[in-house]
Amino acid sequence: MEGLRGYGLIVGMWIRATMAYRTSFFLMLVGNATISGLDFVGIFIMFRHVDALGGFSLPEIALLYGTSTVSLGLADLLLGNTDRIGARVRDGSLDTMLVRPVPVLAQVAADRFALRRLGRIVQGLAVTGWAVAAVDVDWTAGRVLLLPVAMVAGAAIFAAVMVAGAAFQFVAGDAAEVQNSFTYGGNTMLQYPPTIFTRELVRGVTFVIPLAFVNWVPVLHVLGRPEPLGLPGWAAYASPLVACVVLVPASLAWRAGIRSYRSTGS
Amino acid sequence: MGMDVDDVDDVRGVDDVGDVSDVGVVDDVGADEMGRGGGGDVLIELDGVRKVFDVRRRTGLLRREKRQVKAVDGISFTVARGEVVGYIGPNGAGKSTTIKMLTGILTPSGGRLRVAGIDPARERTRLAHRIGVVFGQRTTLWWDLPLKDSYGLMRRMYRIPDDRYRRNLGRCVEQLDLGDLLDVPVRQLSLGQRMRGDIAAALLHDPEVLYLDEPTIGLDVVSKAKVRGFLRELNAELGTTVLLTTHDLQDIEQLCERVMVIDHGRLMYDGPLGGLHTVGEGERTLVVDLETEHPPIDLPGTRTVKVEGPRQWLAFPAAESAAPLVAAVAERYPLLDLSVREPDIEDVIARMYAGRG
Repeated sequence: MEGLRGYGLIVGMWIRATMAYRTSFFLMLVGNATISGLDFVGIFIMFRHVDALGGFSLPEIALLYGTSTVSLGLADLLLGNTDRIGARVRDGSLDTMLVRPVPVLAQVAADRFALRRLGRIVQGLAVTGWAVAAVDVDWTAGRVLLLPVAMVAGAAIFAAVMVAGAAFQFVAGDAAEVQNSFTYGGNTMLQYPPTIFTRELVRGVTFVIPLAFVNWVPVLHVLGRPEPLGLPGWAAYASPLVACVVLVPASLAWRAGIRSYRSTGS
Repeated sequence: MGMDVDDVDDVRGVDDVGDVSDVGVVDDVGADEMGRGGGGDVLIELDGVRKVFDVRRRTGLLRREKRQVKAVDGISFTVARGEVVGYIGPNGAGKSTTIKMLTGILTPSGGRLRVAGIDPARERTRLAHRIGVVFGQRTTLWWDLPLKDSYGLMRRMYRIPDDRYRRNLGRCVEQLDLGDLLDVPVRQLSLGQRMRGDIAAALLHDPEVLYLDEPTIGLDVVSKAKVRGFLRELNAELGTTVLLTTHDLQDIEQLCERVMVIDHGRLMYDGPLGGLHTVGEGERTLVVDLETEHPPIDLPGTRTVKVEGPRQWLAFPAAESAAPLVAAVAERYPLLDLSVREPDIEDVIARMYAGRG
């Protein structure tokens, strides 16, 4: 609780600082949404030449794209700056965070909070909205509810990957790119249907680092498509549970990282 | 969160040394009161504290050599409430490592360590409310924000009541001359201004102990004097315990009744500064500029260390006044200019070792 409170305090301060330059902020927000939207434009152009990708239509892929983008966008907004901890470990500036009465993770996550990252979320929601309208699905209450639940659970799974990646940086000082390959790289993968990837990769992101539960498993269920690994039907609703499970090793790794922190010479 | 609860349990489980204040800790308020009462007037307590770093060195393409470095090698001392203690030693002696263990930044490899009855590494965030820390080499302030925004955030982070916050900030602003700086972003402050800003930030929540790691490093004479004067008053008026590391012997002379010397991770000396001079038989140096070149000056009680053209260096015992010596030189030689150099800490310590043989 103290962590959430401290997080809120620091975030509030950065938002106030951002809002001092309102025009600049809105330009950044639009820029962020536009850049994030460009890769969907790429998919759109591809579909001018093909009718289906891995057996999936454009609205179906748009649904995968939109949900994954929102999940990553949320995690990136709330915890996006944890990948800078490597620099803090190297130059010892983590020291100053350790002597404050707020858990370090909250301080690291809130540091330089960038509200402009809302741009990616807005863009992802827009694509999801279009996909929901365009896709040929019988929208039962359960299916409608599954989408927002999966988005939030997906954000938590990405968040766990970010925290674990940050913990790894206590050991390997400049491993920020390893972390990014799982978050941003994972997001790019999840924007496409699992049918176009090898079985080994799909298995890896289902059972080892369970990114498949961000959107593949729940969205395939919504679309009425078979799940490639033949998971039981309830797995479609398991994303929140998976998120809770992966947050445990992530937070343990974080605590081990803090304990092993060695600071710098002076 | 869950972490805090675990930590309290740990302390109760591990601490079998019999510190009554730690038994039955239920909440922060209770612990606070018992800590203050139970610990008597001992605020900081170290018993055989060690910190060992594993250093890995690449010796071949894939081979690595692992070596253990004892940064702190079994240090024991206590600091009473209200003391001002100087913690000195050569570079790499283990000063900063000790401070970092006392603040909870580093976890000790062994030994027992308590600050205000709290084990720093286990209950870091609880301890944070009761200590203030100033790192000379880096700032705790938010780089891009005006000073007063940083303070406002501190107020809410530490849950400082409004009246106390206003009183403490007012006091710091007045005594550290911060009035004109409150609206300036930290990155635009000079080193001396930033240091004063950092000291104020460390004191807003009324800490019982203030740690300063090289607080005067890189400051000009005026800024140094301001910082020292402020720390003296802080200790006199509020009774705040101060532990500082420094390379500047004048910091120690003007602030500390007690000095601890550490080298190679071990405590070499613990006592009044005067005692350190005696142990080390310290010398001060009088540098004189004469009108013309002269043979080495010969005065009783001094020895000429160096002659360089018209400039000569005379060493004399640190305990003696420079005034009679200056008068004697001026009387016999055509004196243009002079200055007195205090022995620096490295010199004092080097002689201390030599003296012990």
